[in-house]
Amino acid sequence: MKLGIIGAGKLGMVLGQLAQQAGYQVLIAGSGDPSRIELIVATLLPQAQSLTSTAVAQQADLVILALPLHRYRMLAAADFADKIVIDATNYWEPTDGPAADLLISGTSSSEMIQQQLKSSQVIKAFNHIGYHNLLDLAAPVGSSGRKSVALAGDQLAAKNQVATIINQMGFDPLDIGPLAAGKLLEPGSPAFGASVSRTKLQFLIQKYAVDSKTD
Amino acid sequence: MTKQNFDPSKVVFGLDSFGDIPLSVSDQPLSQAAAIRQVVAEGILADELGLKVIALGEHHRADYAISSPDIVLAALAAKTKQITLASGVTVLSSDDPVRVYERFATLAALSNNRAEVVLGRGSFLESFPLYGYDLRDYDLLFEDKLSLFAELLKEERVTWSGKTRPSLEDMEVFPKTEKGLPVRIAVGGTPASVVRTAKYGFPLTLAIIGGRAERFLPYIELYRKAANQYQKPLQPLAVHSHSLIAATDEQARELAWKYLRASFVKLGNERGWAPMTQEQFNFEIKEGSFYVGSPETVAQRLARTIKKLGISRFELAYGAGGLPVPQRMKLIELYAHQVVPRVREILAEEE
Repeated sequence: MKLGIIGAGKLGMVLGQLAQQAGYQVLIAGSGDPSRIELIVATLLPQAQSLTSTAVAQQADLVILALPLHRYRMLAAADFADKIVIDATNYWEPTDGPAADLLISGTSSSEMIQQQLKSSQVIKAFNHIGYHNLLDLAAPVGSSGRKSVALAGDQLAAKNQVATIINQMGFDPLDIGPLAAGKLLEPGSPAFGASVSRTKLQFLIQKYAVDSKTD
Repeated sequence: MTKQNFDPSKVVFGLDSFGDIPLSVSDQPLSQAAAIRQVVAEGILADELGLKVIALGEHHRADYAISSPDIVLAALAAKTKQITLASGVTVLSSDDPVRVYERFATLAALSNNRAEVVLGRGSFLESFPLYGYDLRDYDLLFEDKLSLFAELLKEERVTWSGKTRPSLEDMEVFPKTEKGLPVRIAVGGTPASVVRTAKYGFPLTLAIIGGRAERFLPYIELYRKAANQYQKPLQPLAVHSHSLIAATDEQARELAWKYLRASFVKLGNERGWAPMTQEQFNFEIKEGSFYVGSPETVAQRLARTIKKLGISRFELAYGAGGLPVPQRMKLIELYAHQVVPRVREILAEEE
């Protein structure tokens, strides 16, 4: 199975490494011409292929977005049609600019991406653990103290597939509900930056959901 | 991976301060002015104790006192003898390359060529609105200004045009230095920043503030390959990480929890991160990037990192989160008197 990654920064590279370890064939795109990241990919992801983002979207069976959030507008919906898209991006002011210019208040940034990629199944995952923790803490199924990665999405079959990938990449998956619930994984939530067990993550998210409603 | 540059007896040990405001025993912050004078006292101590580098970061916030590292370094130039006086980092994106060159060339003159500029994109953003820059130009500003700065370092007449500052047409910049101005680039792990550093032929400093240091091995390999591809010389590698050294492991852990962790919690909170847990803290101390403990514990961990990564310079960041003055001074003493010689001993034994 071909797993595509759009974004060749810190997060894209780490996810690529975990995907390779899990046995996936990795296709990766940075911004612009693939030659710009050839050396980076050859060194950090030697078995991966670097392509344009269009080619990655078209050729991969499933695509992970690890690009600066604001660049989502450049993704062409047709390239991603009928595919599962894992959204690992987060809003981050230095690269994305003022929040008011980009985000829709009250909704998760993944819903905004789903609106853009209308005919894809967007699942939010891999956004709430720091990229270096992802690399350091990935562990085989059944390891004691294994950490959890949460996912949110609207289609059950797609979520099951992403949960399998999370598991293969070293983490216990935790389904937290529809894509709108992805809000609970974003900056400012107790899950953001939390590298904890599935039970603990579930507790943090449920408590936060209740607290946010009563506020 | 080739390690032809690695010689354990030549490893350089330095100190990095961001000018964190020390707290009193009753948790009251020193004034910013007193915090700046404290850093000068510490630079003098580090020089006397034989440490080789003091690097001062630039911040524009209430919890850090140093916004103009070069001025603090100029005071140190007059009062120290051998220590390298570095910034760490100079946020070139929101500064003017011509002025950065002028200030550090002046520092080189004052210090008999002990000045060093460490450039970076910076991980704080306050300087952008303060100086009227747009955060959306974060990458462009650094790339553009670095290209001018590289020209200025040649110390010849400069003709340059870019996108973020007025062009220079056959201009000359002063003062000239006697031996050139040494420059490093500090990066936090963006692969493209590593490649850019190699492309310009500048030495690389890896700011490793979390996770296992080995995580950066592929980046070192990337730096080497890129230097080779751009036909630039392999420059010495440095690592910067946080530390807390005290007489015993227990004391160091307590202090690190109270101050170093607190600074991570505070900064993380501003960026939407959940507070660092006990488990995360323990991980950083045991296997990650907090060099916390007694001199022996810290020496063992430092030696391991230096050897694993094959670096020739380690810069220990101290004083994070308001560590009080007596503990700051003690840390510097323990580092210079006990940790550094012990690291050399361990590295020599393992050769």
